[in-house]
Amino acid sequence: MNDFWIIFTGALVAASCSLVGCFLVLRRMAMVGDAISHSVLPGIVIAFLISGSRDSVALMLGASILGLVTVFLIQMFQNSGVQSDASIGVVFTALFSVGIVLVSLYTRDIDLDLDCVLYGEIAYVPWNTVEILGVTLPKSVWSVGGALLVGLFLIGLFYKQFKVCSFDPAMAAAIGIPVAFFHYLLMGLVSMTTVASFESVGAILVVGMLVVPPATAYLLTERLGVMIVLSIIIGILSSVMGYYLAYLLDASIAGCMISVAGGLFVLAVLFSPSHGVLAKKWMRRKALQDL
Amino acid sequence: MSGFEVFLDPNTQWILMGSILLGLSSGVLGSFAYLRKQSLMGDALAHAALPGVCIAFMITGTKSILFFLIGAAVAGILATFAIGFITRNTRIKQDSALGIILSVFFGFGIVLLTQIQHSESGNQSGLDKFLFGQAASMVQSDVNTMMVISLFLITMCILFFKEFKLLSFDPGFARGLGFPVAFLDQLLMFLIVVAVVVGIQAVGVVLMASLLITPAVAARYWTERLGVMVVLSGLFGLISGFLGTWVSTMAHHLPTGPLTVLAATIIFILSVLFAPKRGVIAKVLLRKAVRKEVLMNKAQCKGNGMNHVKEGKVG
Repeated sequence: MNDFWIIFTGALVAASCSLVGCFLVLRRMAMVGDAISHSVLPGIVIAFLISGSRDSVALMLGASILGLVTVFLIQMFQNSGVQSDASIGVVFTALFSVGIVLVSLYTRDIDLDLDCVLYGEIAYVPWNTVEILGVTLPKSVWSVGGALLVGLFLIGLFYKQFKVCSFDPAMAAAIGIPVAFFHYLLMGLVSMTTVASFESVGAILVVGMLVVPPATAYLLTERLGVMIVLSIIIGILSSVMGYYLAYLLDASIAGCMISVAGGLFVLAVLFSPSHGVLAKKWMRRKALQDL
Repeated sequence: MSGFEVFLDPNTQWILMGSILLGLSSGVLGSFAYLRKQSLMGDALAHAALPGVCIAFMITGTKSILFFLIGAAVAGILATFAIGFITRNTRIKQDSALGIILSVFFGFGIVLLTQIQHSESGNQSGLDKFLFGQAASMVQSDVNTMMVISLFLITMCILFFKEFKLLSFDPGFARGLGFPVAFLDQLLMFLIVVAVVVGIQAVGVVLMASLLITPAVAARYWTERLGVMVVLSGLFGLISGFLGTWVSTMAHHLPTGPLTVLAATIIFILSVLFAPKRGVIAKVLLRKAVRKEVLMNKAQCKGNGMNHVKEGKVG
């Protein structure tokens, strides 16, 4: 049963991250997930200092607030003329430093394990259960599953708007879609997904799942709907295969899941029928022969 | 130790020297990275160094900084090749390529790290220190290496200033003039890899990225000329390195990296506020002045118009 919960959590993380990740990849903001997963640190530390406990509701609240602050600051600097990647870099490194300084100032004697915050271990998922409405499930299943449902609901509801905003923001604005609102809604979803996931499975798995499966799916299709479904499937596949790889090698589960996702990405780069390197070479050769 | 006494300690002098040079060289390199829209390259490369360090440790079995540096550099160069390959040969854009390389390399590094932990030579405390960075723990030979490499980086930037300038603003034109653009591109990447690898042990993985970004963005606020921007960015990096190390030496438990980054961030915020022309305050003042002028002109026009009407010259 424990195996099942770990794989299930991995699959949930993969699905919810891939869902929002597709839009990040299309909008060229893939590094936002990386930024958020680092910059929530001061929020977690401040929530810990105020509440005095490692109660995860308070910590998640702190993290969510900082996630939104990060998104807001990035957008603010971008609007004032800083390049988007540079504004991401400035904001998240600054907030992360504030977090580390706070940790070293105030929590030296208290048990707030930085490793646990940043590299949350998915292997411990089954032992941390919470009972809601009489159902006892691992805490991560509640939080990540909730994030997935909210994501599915909002993206399902505003699918058309999100689609137009990702491909042609100028047109979206022209036909009266509130582009800024949907930008912040998407960023809010990214922030929520990141915060809900990384506490239980570690930041690096979240960052990987936000980018790698969507990018793999991006190489395989031309349709947004197909891309989302494919990337969710690829994400789930990586987490299942990654778990068994980790079991075989006796290695880090999160690390193995990302490595498998990376392997699938390499396969897509090489062998994708429409955008793969080999397919392109073959098509070029065929075109030459036809000439 | 308090105040200025710390400067008398020879050990501190060495570390200060190292941090200053590191800040200077990464600031200088960062301005080219910024103009080429590769600011987050440092972040990706710093993470990508992890598997290199682990493999170096697995092969040699020693915690020698030199082998760590070599492993990290090899992994970093591989990462730049991979990012280049993905962006050139597929339709995936640079930001996604960076995210993919960062997470896959780092994830693979974590797998290797757990393997090292489980093997019998399980003590990887040195690896931790290397990855999270603490300038105060550096010994004189580390500082020496850092100084030599920083000086090398700065010299290279001075030697290739014209080429890098052309590459940053108009690579197509550079190719047309016959410059080896692909080589120069890879050379600049290589210099960034070297800066990142050297910087990791002083300020840590995540924060090394900041030294390449923040001073350059801050410098961009003050000037429209590349030469001035590079000098300013180097200067900002230098000041941040100095302040970070100084405060860290005075307050014993505070790590150097975050303090250096915070110093750089403060310089950035000051630039955002006070820079002439591009700064927030300058913009507000300009808007006020323009509004005043427009209102005055309007009033004048109105006055003139009335006069014209009176004198019957309109139409």
